[in-house]
Amino acid sequence: MMASSYKDEDGHISVSGTGAGAGSLPSKKPENTAFKQQRLPAWQPVLTAGTVLPAFFIIGLIFIPIGIGLYVTSNNIKEFEIDYTGLDPSSPCFNCSQNFSWNSTKPCTCSIPFYLEQPYESNVFMYYGLSNFYQNHRRYVKSRDDSQLNGNEESLRKPSKECEPYARHDNRPIAPCGAIANSMFNDTLELFYSDPNGTKTQIPLTATGIAWWTDKHVKFRNPGGNNDNLTAAFQGTTKPINWRRPAYELDSDPENNGFINEDFIVWMRTAALPTFRKLYRIIQRRNTMVPTLPRGNYTLEVVYNYPVRSFDGRKRMIFSTISWMGGKNPFLGIAYITVGSVCFLLGVILLFIHHKYDNRNNNPDISSN
Amino acid sequence: MTVLKTLQEQWFPLPVPLHRKKKKTGSAGGRWEKRRTEEERKVKANDREYNEKFQYASNCIMTSKYNVLTFLPVNLFEQFQEVANTYFLFLLILQLIPQISSLSWFTTIVPLALVLSITAVKDATDDYFRHKSDNQVNNRQSRVLIRGSLQNEKWMNVRVGDIIKLENNQFVSADLLLLSSSEPHGLCYIETAELDGETNMKVRQSVSVTAELGDPNNLATFDGEVVCEPPNNKLDRFCGALCWRDKKYPLTNQNMLLRGCVLRNTEACYGLVIFAGPDTKLMQNSGRTKFKRTSIDRLMNTLVLWIFGFLVCMGVILAVGNAVWEKEVGSLFQSYLPWEPPVDNFLFSSFLSFWSYVIILNTVMPISLYVSVEVIRLGHSYFINWDRQMFCSQRNTAAEARTTTLNEELGQVEYIFSDKTGTLTQNIMSFNKCSINGQTYGEGTDRMGTQPKRLDFTPFNSLADPDFSFYDDKLLELVKVGDPHAQEFFRLLSLCHTVMSEEKSEGELVYKAQSPDEGALVTAARNFGFVFRSRTPGTITTTEMGRTVTYSLLAILDFNNIRKRMSVIVRNPEGRIRLYCKGADTVLLERLHPSNQELMAVTSDHLNEYGADGLRTLALAFRDLSEEEWEVWSESHQFADKATDCREDRLAAAYDKIEQDMMLLGATAIEDKLQEGVPETIALLSLANIKVWVLTGDKQETAVNIGYSCKMLTDDMGEVFIIGGHTVQSVRQELRRARERMVEMSRARDGEKREGMEGRAEACFMGNGFGGGPEGDGGGGKPLQGSSFPSPPSSFMDSISGEFGLVINGHSLAHALEADMELEFVSTACACKAVICCRVTPLQKAQVVELIKKYRKAVTLAVGDGANDVSMIKSAHIGVGISGQEGIQAVLASDYSFAQFRFLQRLLLVHGRWSYLRMCRFLCYFFYKNFAFTMVHFWFGFFCGFSAQTVYDQYFITLYNIVYTSLPVLAMGIFDQDVPEQRSLEYPKLYEPGQLNLLFNKKEFFICIAQGIYTSVVLFFVPYAVLSNSTQSNGVPLADYQTFAVTTATALVIVVSVQIALDTGFWTVINHVFVWGSLGSYFTIMFALHSQTLFRIFPNQFHFVGCAQSTLLKPVVWLTIALATAICVVPVLAFRFLKLDLKPQLSDTVRYTQLVLQKRRKPAGRSLGGVWRGAGSVSESRLGTRGGSRRSGYAFAHQEGFGELITSGKNMRLSSLGLASFASRHSSSWIETLRRKKNPHTPPSASGDSSPAPSRASGPVPPLSNSSSVLGGSQETPIEEETVTEARQDVPTVSCSFGQPAASGSARASPPDDLTSAAVRSHGTDSPGGWTLSLGTVQEALFGWKGTEVRVDASDNQESQHVAMETSQAE
Repeated sequence: MMASSYKDEDGHISVSGTGAGAGSLPSKKPENTAFKQQRLPAWQPVLTAGTVLPAFFIIGLIFIPIGIGLYVTSNNIKEFEIDYTGLDPSSPCFNCSQNFSWNSTKPCTCSIPFYLEQPYESNVFMYYGLSNFYQNHRRYVKSRDDSQLNGNEESLRKPSKECEPYARHDNRPIAPCGAIANSMFNDTLELFYSDPNGTKTQIPLTATGIAWWTDKHVKFRNPGGNNDNLTAAFQGTTKPINWRRPAYELDSDPENNGFINEDFIVWMRTAALPTFRKLYRIIQRRNTMVPTLPRGNYTLEVVYNYPVRSFDGRKRMIFSTISWMGGKNPFLGIAYITVGSVCFLLGVILLFIHHKYDNRNNNPDISSN
Repeated sequence: MTVLKTLQEQWFPLPVPLHRKKKKTGSAGGRWEKRRTEEERKVKANDREYNEKFQYASNCIMTSKYNVLTFLPVNLFEQFQEVANTYFLFLLILQLIPQISSLSWFTTIVPLALVLSITAVKDATDDYFRHKSDNQVNNRQSRVLIRGSLQNEKWMNVRVGDIIKLENNQFVSADLLLLSSSEPHGLCYIETAELDGETNMKVRQSVSVTAELGDPNNLATFDGEVVCEPPNNKLDRFCGALCWRDKKYPLTNQNMLLRGCVLRNTEACYGLVIFAGPDTKLMQNSGRTKFKRTSIDRLMNTLVLWIFGFLVCMGVILAVGNAVWEKEVGSLFQSYLPWEPPVDNFLFSSFLSFWSYVIILNTVMPISLYVSVEVIRLGHSYFINWDRQMFCSQRNTAAEARTTTLNEELGQVEYIFSDKTGTLTQNIMSFNKCSINGQTYGEGTDRMGTQPKRLDFTPFNSLADPDFSFYDDKLLELVKVGDPHAQEFFRLLSLCHTVMSEEKSEGELVYKAQSPDEGALVTAARNFGFVFRSRTPGTITTTEMGRTVTYSLLAILDFNNIRKRMSVIVRNPEGRIRLYCKGADTVLLERLHPSNQELMAVTSDHLNEYGADGLRTLALAFRDLSEEEWEVWSESHQFADKATDCREDRLAAAYDKIEQDMMLLGATAIEDKLQEGVPETIALLSLANIKVWVLTGDKQETAVNIGYSCKMLTDDMGEVFIIGGHTVQSVRQELRRARERMVEMSRARDGEKREGMEGRAEACFMGNGFGGGPEGDGGGGKPLQGSSFPSPPSSFMDSISGEFGLVINGHSLAHALEADMELEFVSTACACKAVICCRVTPLQKAQVVELIKKYRKAVTLAVGDGANDVSMIKSAHIGVGISGQEGIQAVLASDYSFAQFRFLQRLLLVHGRWSYLRMCRFLCYFFYKNFAFTMVHFWFGFFCGFSAQTVYDQYFITLYNIVYTSLPVLAMGIFDQDVPEQRSLEYPKLYEPGQLNLLFNKKEFFICIAQGIYTSVVLFFVPYAVLSNSTQSNGVPLADYQTFAVTTATALVIVVSVQIALDTGFWTVINHVFVWGSLGSYFTIMFALHSQTLFRIFPNQFHFVGCAQSTLLKPVVWLTIALATAICVVPVLAFRFLKLDLKPQLSDTVRYTQLVLQKRRKPAGRSLGGVWRGAGSVSESRLGTRGGSRRSGYAFAHQEGFGELITSGKNMRLSSLGLASFASRHSSSWIETLRRKKNPHTPPSASGDSSPAPSRASGPVPPLSNSSSVLGGSQETPIEEETVTEARQDVPTVSCSFGQPAASGSARASPPDDLTSAAVRSHGTDSPGGWTLSLGTVQEALFGWKGTEVRVDASDNQESQHVAMETSQAE
């Protein structure tokens, strides 16, 4: 340009307007890629009536049938529950709940009779339920040593600090250590069927198969590996303070003894909420012709070891049958039906509003020709 | 080195010595002592001991912060001054306390360490480069006179009181008192571009006594003492006295050489260092460096505080809960769960629980927020760097985001402060058109659209400047033919000026013009065969059509602001005396001889035409003087010259006497070349509600002219007010009058219906006026006045309709910026659509910016290219430097830099808008997802005895923000687009949400939080309700903690993923990969963490073994997750749909339109593409809209008094005199050689036609920005004409519908698309022609709908033009 001579002669700046230097310099022009120029092909969804309203209807149409299905299934499941805490003086377990001491050697037993109105087909699952029991308390949850429970010898001798104050007792390490293990549920529940003709037969309860597979086979392992002699393996440790027996005497079956005792494993899987139930036994169906638990009178024999009154806890025993989706769960079905209906309704309302007030779609000729 | 440099520029906004001032006393003291404020400075020459007493700052500049040893502690200290960092450190310490620790320490330390180390590395890199640049500057060599001999010293060792020798083209190293120079009379020339941006040369003169101390020997004995003012930042003022040999000599700015200037045209000079290093005016003017924060940053900080408050509240609630629980339940539960040793009562437990919950809930505001924000901004910065449409190929410069922290603020700009020279204009004057004897020449294009030929002057005139371009060969023909008028015209141009020439070798002429205008005119004359060769005080030597002529110069009747003209009186070799005059047409046309009437009318029309094109015009005239007339006048002139009193007036009267009865020769039109696309950009920006203010150091006339030519000021404007008062009172009055006029005119304009409102506005305004009145008399004694009228600006603004312009002068501005006037100035200026401040100092520029920041609470942006803009660039929220020009100071101080002003529209409307949008969406989502995530703990607290047990696995908590949810939201924050880039340029109104801060504010924040809390409720209670009693199909209950944790976590991840899917408006491949990848990574990582392998290695760390598969294989869990997701998302979906359906934003509408268009286009093909095919007639329409208004463009940007210098011969170097005589002596032989060379060739007269200038045919010539360049225009001219008129009808409708996007669609139905396709085409091309095209569009849109009668404006405009013209000439 003409007047560049007024600018460029001063020498100390080399950039000249006419690009004399441009030839020699490599061009700094940015690359012309879709990414750098922000021109990546893209899907640009718009919430139009054509997409949103059908979505609502579809959600509604999917949710309602599912909800109905769930509700029906849940309603077909039978569940029976007995509270045997013994708070009420009339309750058979009242005495046991009153005079409790951890150190008593004489177990207190009570038996609760009950009547099943309906026969229970197929396998029946027997749960114990605790209320107001804070298994999800932070200090409680962390009070365990998974390394010890996994059979680690070193942790067996030196339990983790997390277990405090249940790590050592009488200068000996506690196995299993920690508050969770220490507070293990130790009531014994036994079920007797009273025949209409008066005879009492004990119903066989299966104590295995109640824990998660990974817990039983991976997470929990007895110390000493495959050593059959658990007593030796637990040598030098002491039982948890509240326990009546050491860990290696929990069961006679070596596959269900020590840390891999399933009752213990089930207890160690802490509950999420202060009211919870845990699987206690399974009543296997033996004879396809006869219901597992026929209609009739039963007696629940409880060895009352586990005190809950001090903190307003409750203890329950629950029978339940199971469907494909698990136990009784009316909430899920109802929730699905509700959400489905609301979606459907919303769809209708929005459709109405859209037609009545919308000013955009009335004139789709926003583009011209 | 280049690598280092780019690195440096990226990492580090200010590597130059300007930005930090740390005073370090000289090596003698070595102390970091804070000096008392200086009252007076005493400097004794050549006496270091004496000067050291005062501990003046040395010339060493320190901008670096650390050295190797101090780096770690200082840097860490600085980093922990950042509240966020300290907060996280505090959390970390809390987590180390076992009783409190509810989370493992690594959940905090990993991100914190990452952030700290990244910042540290960055700081270290920055400081390394600062050290480097400090060293470079400090180690520059200068020649210092020490003990009688000149020694080389580094800059940093220069002391106050030293005498320095400067050589030509050297930078001045400190503020010097000029002692003597190699030139006569102690004169020297400097260029102050680095200081004030003016590129013309300035003269400095030493005090006469010291000027005689020519050589070092004398100077070594010089022991004068200077007593002067303390360091300050006033560039144009210096006050002091030199005491030497018992005499006192006053010193002014005329004697000073300031640091940053460059010595020009002076062999050498000597100066005494008065201010050094940080005390120099350059450094004092550089202003403080502030760490710039965006308004979103500030909002975020507020919100973070609120969140912190919220956190404490939650903590307190839960702690109280804990106290109650421990008392009621926990104490009884002790048989199973005893209190931990230090805890012995429930109160202490609740105290600990408070802290535990603070730790858990701190994820509402995780450290990753800060990291992510930085990453997003970095991404946006890279997009700016990569933008090809902001790449200037001429300068080979790409746009650069030098600061990575301000991007989203680009989407909120309301005020732009622009420098003029080099920013709006190229600072190139080109001789564009002329009118000779009633004929106009220089029509750029002919109407048929053929590319005009650039004339090739070389065959005709070997002295021609090859860079000169002119397109009309008729004029050249005329000159060749020997038309007397044309010849006299160019003779005038070659004689009547104050340009100096330098002829390094024969034929290689370099003109040194005070103003580029003059340079352009003289160069034009040179090319048309009237070459100014050299001058002496009494002669001017020219080469006229190859013949050397020497005129004797009798007088220069110099230019000044009032005269607006200059004349020379010369005697030609034949002995005739002639006066040549050039000047503003207004003054010149009334001094013509009556016989010129007819010619004057024609020329006047031409001048109108030129003025309409935004050209700067001058009228030229001459007068023959008889010997007697000359004698008589000469005497009276000398008498006036020698007069002691009122010399100026007398001289003016004398000049006036002789500049009469002149004969008109013609007129010139000079184009102050705007940078490409400036008017379009300004128009577009003002459509986007951005106000553009021009702050220039230039003269008022020049500034106003540019204001017109870049369409800031238009003839449609109601009025342009000029504030030029010299006293506080007059400025106040002028401002007030302006406002009164505005109210008056807007009332007249709006008619009676709004009278009520006006009355109120006026009352308010009057109130303001009264408030200011008595105070002005009292000398500004009431500082509280401003606060008692906090709102006037806005209420006043609201009442003003119509467009006004304001022009304010530097000295008036100084008064307007005083504390008690600020408010008045702001309220007046903000009511105007365009504001131009001229003759402002760098500091004033910054002050104006600060003022707007203070009173308008608006986001400001400053654009500039020179060192004089640095302070403005620094004080504005966003500083933009124009790169590729001379200095790099502005660029170094800036936050963004690019090569051309027009890129600003892309930076703001595209990048800024997107950045803002993305950042807002990012923040909304980020707060949402963290509240949804964290608040679940709060609800869980009620069920776990307020024990601060977390709901999730600790690994999930650690990874949630870093891995599972970070990338999708980052992808959205980096890539999201609501509308394509072309649309945001097309609908500038889309920019508005940013200015009004609609997308992320406190309300939006609360909505996000509410949504987050709602989600957390759903996420906790749905699994709670479903799982609490349910069992899996093998009878095992589901309500164990781990299953619950996995279910909730999975539901959370899915819900927030669905939410991001809803929020993302622009699904690129990357978004898909990130969203799906995050989901995938969640499941993968979860399975890995729950795997047996990991558990076997660390049984104590991975408690969740086997949980993933056993949980996720259960249908109930999935049903729960689906249910929770539906409950979370359905209301959001419904709400969004309603909002979109009933109250769509403009962007929604545009987006929807786009969708519809895409659907249509598929079948219809590209039928819409070709509506606008060319721009052949755009220039026509452009001129049409502007109407004709004449602004006398007497744009001599130089100081007066130069003529005197020339005639006195003071500035003539001996050498140059010698050279001049040499040239004239040898010129004849030189001409002969030239002739000999030409002889074998064609005779000069024919050469113009016969040589077709082959270079032009092949290479594209950059079209002049004002000549209507054609974009494929040659093909279908008739059609273009038609479509343009059609568009003209359409566009106003479009503009109206911008304002009311919800209006029924039919009116708006057709135009946007036409506009769309046109703009797509034009923006798609790089060629300037495209810009011209869109100019038409935008202008039509802008100006078309202002008045209802666009087409009837011819008559209407005439009047307003006259008003405008008169106002602009009033000064």
